[in-house]
Amino acid sequence: MKILWELFLIFARIGGLTFGGGYAMLPMLQKEIVENKSWATEEELMDYFAIGQCTPGIIAVNTATFVGYKVKGILGGIVATLGVIAPSIVIITIIAAFITNFMDIAAVTYAFAGIRVCVCVLIFNSVLKLWKNAVKDIPALVIFLAIFFLSLLTDVSTILFVVCSGAIGFAVKAISRRMQAKKEGGEAK
Amino acid sequence: MILLLLMWEFFKTGLFAIGGGLATLPFLYEMSVKTGWFTATDIANMIAISESTPGPLGINMATYVGYNTAGVAGAILAPIGEVLPSIIIILIIAKVLEKFKENQIVQDVFYGLRPASVGLIAAAGVEVVKVALLNTANWTGFTLASIMATVNWPCLGLAALLLVLTRLPKIKKAHPLYFILGSACVGIAFGYLGWS
Repeated sequence: MKILWELFLIFARIGGLTFGGGYAMLPMLQKEIVENKSWATEEELMDYFAIGQCTPGIIAVNTATFVGYKVKGILGGIVATLGVIAPSIVIITIIAAFITNFMDIAAVTYAFAGIRVCVCVLIFNSVLKLWKNAVKDIPALVIFLAIFFLSLLTDVSTILFVVCSGAIGFAVKAISRRMQAKKEGGEAK
Repeated sequence: MILLLLMWEFFKTGLFAIGGGLATLPFLYEMSVKTGWFTATDIANMIAISESTPGPLGINMATYVGYNTAGVAGAILAPIGEVLPSIIIILIIAKVLEKFKENQIVQDVFYGLRPASVGLIAAAGVEVVKVALLNTANWTGFTLASIMATVNWPCLGLAALLLVLTRLPKIKKAHPLYFILGSACVGIAFGYLGWS
């Protein structure tokens, strides 16, 4: 019971601090889930994000469900998801009920200009950390660069990118294993 | 009845919108035409509010529409309807993944997925940089004047400061929350100084 409550609270905190879309959640996840709680590894986070890209729904929500499931099964998945959406529900309900001109408040606009700068830097730091874990050889570097530029410069669906990278990863590994086997076979003779 | 209808409409959005917050937009426009619960202007306002509040756009939108259509109960049930399909699908995938985690094929596929995932995140980061550090409207070409007018210098300074701070021993261990709060204060100061 205690762990469920903890899951809810931590994901509510992450949900309440995710300014600027699903990816902005990454620095929080690294801090809370990987470093503080060890509920998942950096690799698992990347896997969740990749799967979240090609399944329906919001990436932040999908990641919460994954981590929750890993910690405490189906119930954990549901509780973590409710946690991550709870702050939005509360905040938006208050805005919808009381503040009709939220965006016209100068201080709010200014504060968010500052927050956006911070989100840039935090995402940059997160990418650096993940990069060290994910890009360890040449084929991985090629995949990283190709996906980075393609998704920046084209409108192709991210699902296609994810599916192709999975297939390429599989092919690269299969070929390198075969070459390895051949080499060892050659040496044995 | 309206509550069930709300949940159902957002359930469908949650089921078919693949690839993050903005993917829900076409579904929202369609829903607005079909049900008349909200207008295209409401959607535009909501995007602006979403950019200035925490939380995913899809959830914010569902809450906003739910509240305006059916009060607090709507504000709670519409986002739950929206996340229901992904909860079910992800739980199934998580269960399957747990079983096949050690499988060689699955591991090989993930070997390719991880750098792709980082590439996608990096590309999304570039979009944030564009909004946060540049006034792209001032861009007129590769001239010094155009570059000077396009870069938001105070914000770039703040970014440089944050880059250094997040690398200092001790400080770099701090929760991202403190950096966000600090940047909000600096942003307000910039605003009233007329620097933004």
